[in-house]
Amino acid sequence: MYSSRKICLPITVILLAAGSLAGAAEPGSFGYGRVATPAQIAGWDIDVRGEDGAGLPPGKGTVDRGADVYAEQCAACHGTFGEGEGRFPKLVGGVGSLRDERPEPTVGSYWPFAPTLWDYINRAMPMAAPHTLSADDVYALTAYILSLNDLVPHEFVADRNSLPKVKMRNRDNFIWSDPRPDTVAAPCMNACVNAADVRISSTAEGRNLTPRTTGPLDTMQPK
Amino acid sequence: MRHNPLRSKAILSDLAGSDAPVGRRGFLTLGAALTGGLALGGKTAMADPAPEAPPADAPWSQSIGAGVVDRPYGRPADTEASVIRRNVPWLTASAESSVSFSPLQDLHGIITPNGLFFERHHAGRPDIDPAQHKLMIHGLVERPLLLTMKDILRFPSISRIHFIECPANGGMNWRAAQMNSLQFSHGMVSCAEWTGVRLSTLLEETGVKKDAKWAMVEGADGAHMNRSLPLDKCLDDCLVVYAQNGEALRPEQGYPLRLVVPGWEGNVNIKWLRRIKLGDKPWHSREETSKYTDLMPDGTSRGFTWLIDAKSVITFPCPEKPLDGPGLYEIRGLAWTGNGKVRRVDVSMDGGVNWQTAWLHEPVLSKALTKFTLPWRWDGRPALVASRVIDETGYVQPTIAELRKQRGSNSVYHNNSIQTWQVKSDGSVFNVQLA
Repeated sequence: MYSSRKICLPITVILLAAGSLAGAAEPGSFGYGRVATPAQIAGWDIDVRGEDGAGLPPGKGTVDRGADVYAEQCAACHGTFGEGEGRFPKLVGGVGSLRDERPEPTVGSYWPFAPTLWDYINRAMPMAAPHTLSADDVYALTAYILSLNDLVPHEFVADRNSLPKVKMRNRDNFIWSDPRPDTVAAPCMNACVNAADVRISSTAEGRNLTPRTTGPLDTMQPK
Repeated sequence: MRHNPLRSKAILSDLAGSDAPVGRRGFLTLGAALTGGLALGGKTAMADPAPEAPPADAPWSQSIGAGVVDRPYGRPADTEASVIRRNVPWLTASAESSVSFSPLQDLHGIITPNGLFFERHHAGRPDIDPAQHKLMIHGLVERPLLLTMKDILRFPSISRIHFIECPANGGMNWRAAQMNSLQFSHGMVSCAEWTGVRLSTLLEETGVKKDAKWAMVEGADGAHMNRSLPLDKCLDDCLVVYAQNGEALRPEQGYPLRLVVPGWEGNVNIKWLRRIKLGDKPWHSREETSKYTDLMPDGTSRGFTWLIDAKSVITFPCPEKPLDGPGLYEIRGLAWTGNGKVRRVDVSMDGGVNWQTAWLHEPVLSKALTKFTLPWRWDGRPALVASRVIDETGYVQPTIAELRKQRGSNSVYHNNSIQTWQVKSDGSVFNVQLA
């Protein structure tokens, strides 16, 4: 103990020196990299806030224009009317289904904020060529998908002012704080439940849903 | 309870058939009688053509092997070819926006080899030129910065061991036991030593304006994946990392740069990190509204449920590694919690009627996988084996029934329930849930 204390003291001094080198409070102490210019920031500054639409760029788009862009860019995966092809996401429907045994969360039934739709299309779609559409086309697609969901009238024009005002159906049903832990259990050790009551309620045996875990990758295709 | 060699020796004498926990060192002194069945874990054991014959030199003992740099990088033995990440083809529409699972049934210890770390991509794996990659930090900062990889490597470095778990790990078992496999039921968790720079160091370098409360973190992949994080978490323990288990990040894990948000759901650990923007409010991106929110039975949803609650699973036996006849086995498993350290793991062989405390193996690290073991003399009768972790906050891993009572079965994410494996009398193992 004593000897380790003797060693500790010089180490502490070194650490303090390193700490001041790191300049805990002074921006630019290291001086690495370059200060980002406004033009550089503009190149990547694409984010849009869902709640108030902050960050939405100039531009606008109509429902009709959106239908044309959609047919060309989106329908192959999301279906002509947003019904979804295969396992690609449905964009439409499911309204009133969120308490059902098989809920359908879509833009119409689940999404809380319309500007988030603009943001997501702009940053991630179309899947094979993301972030290649013009701002106007993204506005048009947003208008069209909102219209497919009966959230806006046919004559709606999407722009930076109109999108934040669109009232989404599920907007007020999100709790933006985590209520967990929501289970409390005492870690019982003996005779915790009646042995006669222990019953298997479900088993994965025989379901044939599990790919193999040896040999080559399993395509799960009928052979 | 930690490994305690002294105590192990004291109780070693009544080990056979005993319920008492035994430390690893004591357990190993039992000798070679155990090792065959343990290492190979079941019926796939290679058959010895002449078990009575004395061992003789094999061909590899009577020839010269390959020289150094025969494999300049190195790779696993050819006979380990089945130990790979696997996906569930029916689960997602395309492999580019999908997941693969780590083969936990074949792994040992708490570190996931880099080639076996689970994957989750939203727009496929980009192959990024590090010479062109940059990190921009801007928004409510005093001094917006554009950093190259060379710049980032100059900052003071830190290494930490942390797990990352996709919150949808186990999601396929919310309604019922579906996947008869450890790999597919729990394989979206992995653990590595990460090296990089503290996010707080970078934010000290930019300076933080007083209105800043949130950070938007964004990837350079085609999805431009982005999430909001509270500034407090960013300044607490988040890391901007370029290395994983001692080498550069793998492309699948975010090469050349990713965020590690210890103890929080995988999705916020942004890969291919290119931008951090500070703001006064959260962004409510698609990945934190339409996805990664938890739908409750009353139709409301929980948002910003970042924490990974305590979870554990028995990795041997498991459906992929059945038992090879009655006898003494070492039950093995992993436990983890986003709250910090694992305090204790209990194991039941009878479906939760009685529990015994397992040994935790060092190191027991905060927000990292922790290994536990417990010897078990299996009598060949059907058994229901399960593990239950208690973390340093006192939180107890719940049963699936307890979780369903609170959250129904449509919340997709954060299923951290106790996993029960049914062991049949022939040694085969199945994923089951108990009423």
